[in-house]
Amino acid sequence: MSDAMLRLEGVHTHIGRYHILHGVDFTVPRGQLTMLLGRNGAGKTTTLRTIMGLWQASKGRVIFDDRDITALPTPDIACSGIAYVPENMGIFADLTVRENMILAAREGEIDPHRLKWIFGLFPALEKFWSLAAGSLSGGQKQMLAIARAIVEPRQLLLIDEPTKGLAPAIIMNMIQAFKELKSTGVTILLVEQNFLAAKMLGDTVAVMDDGRIVHRGEMAELAEDKVLQQKLLGLSMDAHQ
Amino acid sequence: MLPANPLHSLLSGDYPRSRVLAATLFIILVCLAFAPFLFPGSQPINVAAKICVFVILVASYDLLLGYTGIVSFAHTMFYGIGGYGVAIAMYNFSPTWSAMGIGVVAALILSMALALVIGLFSLRVRAIFFAMITLAVASAFAILASQLNEITGGEDGRSYRIPEMLRPGFRLFDEPVLGVMINGRILTYYLIFFSALILFLLALRVVNSPFGRVLQAIRENDFRAEALGYRVLVYRSIANCLSAGMATLAGVLMAIWLRYTGPDTTLSFAIMIDILLMVVIGGMGTLYGAVLGATIFILAQNYLQVLMGELSDALAAAGIPLLPALFHADRWLLWLGILFVLSVYFFPVGIVGKLRQLRS
Repeated sequence: MSDAMLRLEGVHTHIGRYHILHGVDFTVPRGQLTMLLGRNGAGKTTTLRTIMGLWQASKGRVIFDDRDITALPTPDIACSGIAYVPENMGIFADLTVRENMILAAREGEIDPHRLKWIFGLFPALEKFWSLAAGSLSGGQKQMLAIARAIVEPRQLLLIDEPTKGLAPAIIMNMIQAFKELKSTGVTILLVEQNFLAAKMLGDTVAVMDDGRIVHRGEMAELAEDKVLQQKLLGLSMDAHQ
Repeated sequence: MLPANPLHSLLSGDYPRSRVLAATLFIILVCLAFAPFLFPGSQPINVAAKICVFVILVASYDLLLGYTGIVSFAHTMFYGIGGYGVAIAMYNFSPTWSAMGIGVVAALILSMALALVIGLFSLRVRAIFFAMITLAVASAFAILASQLNEITGGEDGRSYRIPEMLRPGFRLFDEPVLGVMINGRILTYYLIFFSALILFLLALRVVNSPFGRVLQAIRENDFRAEALGYRVLVYRSIANCLSAGMATLAGVLMAIWLRYTGPDTTLSFAIMIDILLMVVIGGMGTLYGAVLGATIFILAQNYLQVLMGELSDALAAAGIPLLPALFHADRWLLWLGILFVLSVYFFPVGIVGKLRQLRS
């Protein structure tokens, strides 16, 4: 068993006639939270969708837990132990909170102990358990999307911009929830635009630009190096403190 | 031993969630259950039987359109296969229950096999292409049915005899019950009523099962459903087969009731439009909508002309100008169309959807 939970080797992805990923290479270490950063349009979401098989890689390999999953259909990838939280609160609005959660539980029933733990992370879900998910607020929808991904133990979580469009107080709740998730030892690959959140959560980081990985390393190092941040992300840390 | 809450179990936990809706459904159920006694005569029982059959046909279509988000124009084909299954079996063999059984089983097998093949080949593509493929297959089947004269009777269709117990001449009792003689026609009606009731409750069970939840998830976002580990093509194909099977059984019931099967009564595109209208009027994505949609539509189809004739006569007798001509019985189709436009305008989510919205 290698130290890498997920490894992308020279992955190229085409969407129609557009060449989006140009040989993406990076590793997600087992039991760590890896941040995938980059400007808008850098290819972060396409990378997650390629890992999940929603877009087929035209070249390169995706290795998950020492298995080549590049050509597997999406349901098989999901069943192999990867949970995906898409951007824009990917919930099923017409179904209730309970039904959304049960959909993700492959056994058809949710372990009561795990549900209690999830309610501890996101108390709003317990309150609105029988309500249609579409009637929740933006933050609650995002909580539901993440709760659905962790309703059963998964080896790897792929989470796309969980704090996008959320109020600062909700973002802090979300960061707290991710810290607790991290403490369970689950491996996470998190796409994030909010550098403050990335700095607080990330163990390792990969930065993308124009469909390529342009930086890999420790998150703490990037958080300290303002020149590198400015170069890679066009960020002034002062604006994000 | 009965379960703790038999109604919950019967309705699979899917309550009407509106008092007005619950009361309306209850009235419809009582009227249909006692139709031969409450509304004696051949036309009312004919209308009641049609309502029972169309509730199943519309519910089966809603399973596809409302619950899975699949637009199909092949539904009348499956309905027709059911009708022709009974017709061909009863016409070619003796009019016995076993012959009818053979016809029903053969029709179900053919329908579900066709649904599976159409689904596997075309459910991968975009919804609009699937709709076009089903339209082409249904048209081809209708032409085939009208040209295979030897088997289907061509444009004239087939009239046939049904088992003796279901014929009008059969008497179950020597004396009338509640003033009504229980003959084969009434027994046929109750065969249709209870079959429709059982099929409807089974459909409720399907849509409220974990399988039904996955269908609704697929309808909302098939990518997300795949990312949760569900094989969208497999689920859509199963839904397509179930829906086809139910439509076939509706066709079987209609064939037993009419004792005639022809292209106009089963395969016509007008029936497909009627089904679509019933789904839209009742409300998509709720099986109770099928009950309301079918009841309102068939009542309007059968009684609007009579009501308008009476209204026109009354207005003429009162000496009011213009209006008698406007409400003349011959213009019933115009008013039926206006009623549909108004219902879609005022109830864009269907009657059931609107009633539930009002409650919440």
